[in-house]
Amino acid sequence: MKNILKSTLAIVAVFAAFTSCNNSGKSNNSGALSSNNAEKVYVAPGEHDSHYAFISGGYSGNLTVYGLPSGRMFKEIPVFSQFPTNGYGYSEETKPMLETSYGFVPWDDSHHPDISQTNGKLDGRWVFINGNNTPRIARISLTTFETEEIIEVPNSAGNHSSSFITENTEYVVAGTRFSVPIPQEDISIKDYKGNFKGALSFISVDPEHGHMDIKFQVLMPGFNYDLSHPGRGKSHGWFFFTTYNTEEANSLLEVNASQNDKDFIAAINWKKIEEYVNNGGGTMMPANYAHNIHSDATHTATSTIKKEVRVVNPSDVPGAVYLLPTPKSPHGCDVDPSGEYIVGNGKLSANLTVHSFTKMLAAIEAEKFAGEAYGIPILNFEDVLAGVVEQPGLGPLHTEFDGKGNAYTTFFISSEVVKWKLDTWEVVDRKPTYYSVGHLTIPGGNSAEPFGKYMFAMNKITKDRYLPTGPEMEHSAQLYDISGEKMELLLDFPTHGEPHYAAAIPAEIVKNNSRKIFKLTENEHPRKALSDAETKIVRDGKNVHVYMTMIRSHFSPDNIEGVKVGDKVFFHVTNLEQDFDVPHGFAMIGARNAELLIAPGQTRTLTWEPERVGVWPFYCTDFCSALHQEMQGYVRVSPADSNIELSWSLGE
Amino acid sequence: MKKAGIIMVIGSLLLLGLFKFPLWNIMLGAPQYPEPLGMNIYIQGIKGVQEFDLQNIDGLNHYIGMKTIPKPEEMWEFSVFPKVIIGMVILGGIIGVMGFFEKISYKYFLGWFALMSVLGVLGMYDFNNWLIDYGSNLDPHAIIKVTNPDGTPMSYKPPLIGYQKLLNFDVDSWPHIGGYLMFVGMALTLVAFWLGRKASLKPTTQ
Repeated sequence: MKNILKSTLAIVAVFAAFTSCNNSGKSNNSGALSSNNAEKVYVAPGEHDSHYAFISGGYSGNLTVYGLPSGRMFKEIPVFSQFPTNGYGYSEETKPMLETSYGFVPWDDSHHPDISQTNGKLDGRWVFINGNNTPRIARISLTTFETEEIIEVPNSAGNHSSSFITENTEYVVAGTRFSVPIPQEDISIKDYKGNFKGALSFISVDPEHGHMDIKFQVLMPGFNYDLSHPGRGKSHGWFFFTTYNTEEANSLLEVNASQNDKDFIAAINWKKIEEYVNNGGGTMMPANYAHNIHSDATHTATSTIKKEVRVVNPSDVPGAVYLLPTPKSPHGCDVDPSGEYIVGNGKLSANLTVHSFTKMLAAIEAEKFAGEAYGIPILNFEDVLAGVVEQPGLGPLHTEFDGKGNAYTTFFISSEVVKWKLDTWEVVDRKPTYYSVGHLTIPGGNSAEPFGKYMFAMNKITKDRYLPTGPEMEHSAQLYDISGEKMELLLDFPTHGEPHYAAAIPAEIVKNNSRKIFKLTENEHPRKALSDAETKIVRDGKNVHVYMTMIRSHFSPDNIEGVKVGDKVFFHVTNLEQDFDVPHGFAMIGARNAELLIAPGQTRTLTWEPERVGVWPFYCTDFCSALHQEMQGYVRVSPADSNIELSWSLGE
Repeated sequence: MKKAGIIMVIGSLLLLGLFKFPLWNIMLGAPQYPEPLGMNIYIQGIKGVQEFDLQNIDGLNHYIGMKTIPKPEEMWEFSVFPKVIIGMVILGGIIGVMGFFEKISYKYFLGWFALMSVLGVLGMYDFNNWLIDYGSNLDPHAIIKVTNPDGTPMSYKPPLIGYQKLLNFDVDSWPHIGGYLMFVGMALTLVAFWLGRKASLKPTTQ
């Protein structure tokens, strides 16, 4: 008994020594570090962050704008989802943005933002982002920070290996995750193998306006195309896609699509296909897809349905497509700043595979093929391999680069970011993430010139990182300082929706282009009213058009009579302010949509179908001025059979 | 005397800067306007520092019943001032050239300066009268009426020169490039006078 007691005491003493040692070590460290790190992320009141981060909203369908290093959110930009906060997708002007060949689709799953580039460098003109569920690509202006254009992608399903742009923004590329029958037809799902195809879409971007147009679609074998990135520098003109399910399974993919030891990275020589297409190659096939453009002049979006698309069979263009064997269902497909290394993040592999572009060209030159798949040459794994990062972690997903010869890879399962060296493939550092990291972002980290100061990891699981908010929580992100040899965790910040990827850029490239107002003199909205004198109400059968203005602190007109039950009232409201940050809101009691939030100089339309006789108020929702509460009006609604004439007034 | 004549011409020519640059500038900053609104006062009229500043100043001023900022055609000053300045430039130029050729005495230089100063003071007096009217001749139906502790209506007159707090606004009123060029030009005519005097004194001391 004594012995037991003694030995227990001894053990306790040893533990105590260990723990106290640990504790003192920890507290010393974190004490010194945390004060240091607090300074690194502290942006004093009124000061500006050094970087913008555009973080995808995932299942919110939107894009959020954050500042780095503070981790503060500045704005949520509605893209694929209705946004009652400002009326996007509810106002008559913005409803066409969400039109598709399926009709009005008010939601999507936004994944991978990418900033436009010139000569491989971020130029900060636009952000592109994909809608995953109902395949679409959106272009967001970085002068208005609003969605300007959305194009639907036909023949695609699960628009996941998107939206990545080539080094001069020649194309924004959208690959399909799910292969499907092309054209769609009523066949058994069991007939997947050999019959389903995966469309990789190359969407040209007008260099001046950014307008998008599907130049061609490459109809690839029925694999899943997971992620992609452009070649750059020496590999400019190529595009790389990871694939999984090269087994072409159609059920229980978690098992059936994990059988092959190696899947592929598909290397597409898009310059070659572009040339083929410019010479009349490919075939126009019937299609059905929407193309929606919002104009800052008319403040109105239009939606047109396009009826055909050019498709290219890869076996018809020899030398355009090759398959690079890559271990175990690779997820991220990342190209280093020089364009030489293509990293395949084999998510079920213990190692990271890096291919060499130079070796790939040499193997193609020597025609050393291991075989072919549906007429597409398969290269030998050993011939294209640049190196392997041995056992860096579990579940590699995505890699970014700092421009100083280092790569940073996220590991979902071991929940960490690992820093390793290009060329030597040695692991330099690893830092935990909280928890289960998906993508990571370095500003410009997927361009020829990264800005390797900050890196942030976007995590899928939050658990205990913040005060609990019930079963559903925002996701968490961590910001790291990567300017030194070792990564340093600086900040935890919550993100909105489910961020997948993000694109970040030094603020000075973008901030001076940000618009303050829309000029009234440039307003070409067909139902604008630019002064009191231009306000009016026009009846067209059951439709009543109210041409209304708003300025601090009244609506004109603010007394409206002669509206009847069964009418459809369109409030076309123009904000006459020409002053920065003076939007006005418009809300109508019982309107079964949302409010309008109208920027200075803009015209927006809210539709209201009055159902009850009476006198009904409307008001400004944005506390615009000291007399905001006075900014209100009334609409008198008379019975359907009344003969009260339309009349309107202000200040009488 | 040659040098004095040249400086006299340069001095009076500097007044031409008033046609290109503002004479005066008034900036209005407030908590809501970290980038202040501003008006540049030219001899031909008032312009906003930024494109929509005048419109926004008028928009704010309507709450307290101030009149809108006058258009050039609404004030006689904006048609007369340019003529006066042109006149003074021509007069100064002629005096300078005649001084250069020693046709007239250096004392004319001082005479020009004295005349310009009188006109300047009159101009400032007139400008101040306008500021008083602009700041205190308020619409009786104004939305917001602020009174002084003695019950009289508060004046929103911006300062003629310097800084003043008006309600939530910090008002700064200072000469601008055109004004400074004018002051430098006038100072140069004084220099011309002094040089001319020195030159004319030299022969007598010898």
